[in-house]
Amino acid sequence: MTAAHAGRAFWAILWRELLRFVQQRERFFAALVRPLVWLLVFAAGFRATLGLSIIPPYETYITYDVYVVPGLIGLIQLFNGMQNSLSMVYDREMGSMRVLLATPLPRGYLLLARMLSGTAVSIIQVYAFLAIAALCGTETPLAGLLPLLPVLVLTGLTLSALGMFLSSRIRQLENFAGVMNFLIFPMFFMSSALYPLWRVREGSVLLYELCRFNPFTYVVELVRSTLYLQFNAVALAVVVGTLVVFGALALIGYTPARGGPAAGRAAGGG
Amino acid sequence: MDTATGRPAPQAAQAAPPVLRIRGLSYSYGKTKALENIDLALRPGRVTALLGPNGAGKTTLFSLITGLFDSRHGEIEIAGHALRRARSRALAALGIVFQAQTLDLDLSVDQNLRYFAGLRGLPGAHARRRIAALLEEIGLAEKAKAKVRTLSGGQRRRVEVARALLDRPAVLLLDEPSTGLDIATRRWLIEHVHRLAREHGMGVLMATHLTDEVMPEDDLVVLHRGRIVAAGQVGEVIAATGAADLDAAFTSLTSVRREEAP
Repeated sequence: MTAAHAGRAFWAILWRELLRFVQQRERFFAALVRPLVWLLVFAAGFRATLGLSIIPPYETYITYDVYVVPGLIGLIQLFNGMQNSLSMVYDREMGSMRVLLATPLPRGYLLLARMLSGTAVSIIQVYAFLAIAALCGTETPLAGLLPLLPVLVLTGLTLSALGMFLSSRIRQLENFAGVMNFLIFPMFFMSSALYPLWRVREGSVLLYELCRFNPFTYVVELVRSTLYLQFNAVALAVVVGTLVVFGALALIGYTPARGGPAAGRAAGGG
Repeated sequence: MDTATGRPAPQAAQAAPPVLRIRGLSYSYGKTKALENIDLALRPGRVTALLGPNGAGKTTLFSLITGLFDSRHGEIEIAGHALRRARSRALAALGIVFQAQTLDLDLSVDQNLRYFAGLRGLPGAHARRRIAALLEEIGLAEKAKAKVRTLSGGQRRRVEVARALLDRPAVLLLDEPSTGLDIATRRWLIEHVHRLAREHGMGVLMATHLTDEVMPEDDLVVLHRGRIVAAGQVGEVIAATGAADLDAAFTSLTSVRREEAP
């Protein structure tokens, strides 16, 4: 593999993903409407009833809509990671995956390029969401927006790896849609996206423990701390660890030499 | 090489090293044997028809050659590169037309080809020239901006052939490429593939279950129940079975085996 070939192949995969994204305007609006409904409807209602004490990384009292923004950024990336994987299942059923996997480049590189291109789309959605949120009066610290970029690459990759692992294990498109719903909402609700964990512990110790074992909690906390220019080592370690584990499982799933089921299904042979 | 035509002379093709060589290849789905001890050599400038009934193992063999499946039993060498040890270099010499259609329906013809050119690492200007030339060659230059979804099955197949040729492969694999095509497109496809082999010296392996797609000058491999039951030039295979024509030879080869089966 030469660097030029790798670069051109990566650009081709990213370009295709962006083309599909631009052509599917409904997908862009749906991706924005979902977190905006949470922010403008759900958070607006809670703003009046739920007060939040000063907890790191916040240095002053904040309103609930400000608290919920990192969780909604995570929600955008979680949906996008699943959407990306759904499109991989679709590609597999339509045969495009065969073309990708028979490309003369290492399979791990091809899967990474595919995950990065999906992550790029999610990052566009995140910044569009933050801009609209600011217009609606929920501001995020401007200084945190640039450091947020590499973190979004990392969190996006992690959630894509999780989705890609699932796509390697699931046989049919219809099944994947069901699993998406089964996974996304528990991951979102059982995390620190909507409530601080100390609040959750006051309500239920069991739920608190579930939240602590949910990698999505650490995605949200990493985004939250970065936005406020703080470093959260635990969150970073968990997010990186989750990426490594699910990335490796996804690679095995798509590698025929390791008995990966998705590689076989991509071939469609018998 | 025939200097008058620029084509590889038959003797030269005979003497040249094979562009695809398979030795002792076997593959199983669990306990079910799909391929058993396959040996095959594909000569440059020649079309080899891989003839077999449905379920013979043709698509499994293609999946192994394209690296989508992996087998620890046997060797596959493409243009001198062992698939297991030098996967990228081996696959770089391969052009593939899969049995099922594999174009992105939501992208245009040109976008599909540019995407594939990128995957193969072709520089932009070179890719654009190749795409324009190939679309001209297959008679679809005016459809470059059309969405693939709007094309007929035959036009999509032509685009897939053009895609497989973008990187000037040494080996062209076609897995039952005429499936679902009308007679005129089928005829175009078979003639085009033979012309490509003659004029560009590539080795072509074409899987089919239709004897009328096999030309008298082709090399022939008959696959049945995962085994090669006959191989050679078409005339030799017919003569060996004592049949009157290829149709009868194919029926004889595959029905005898059916009777032998438990």
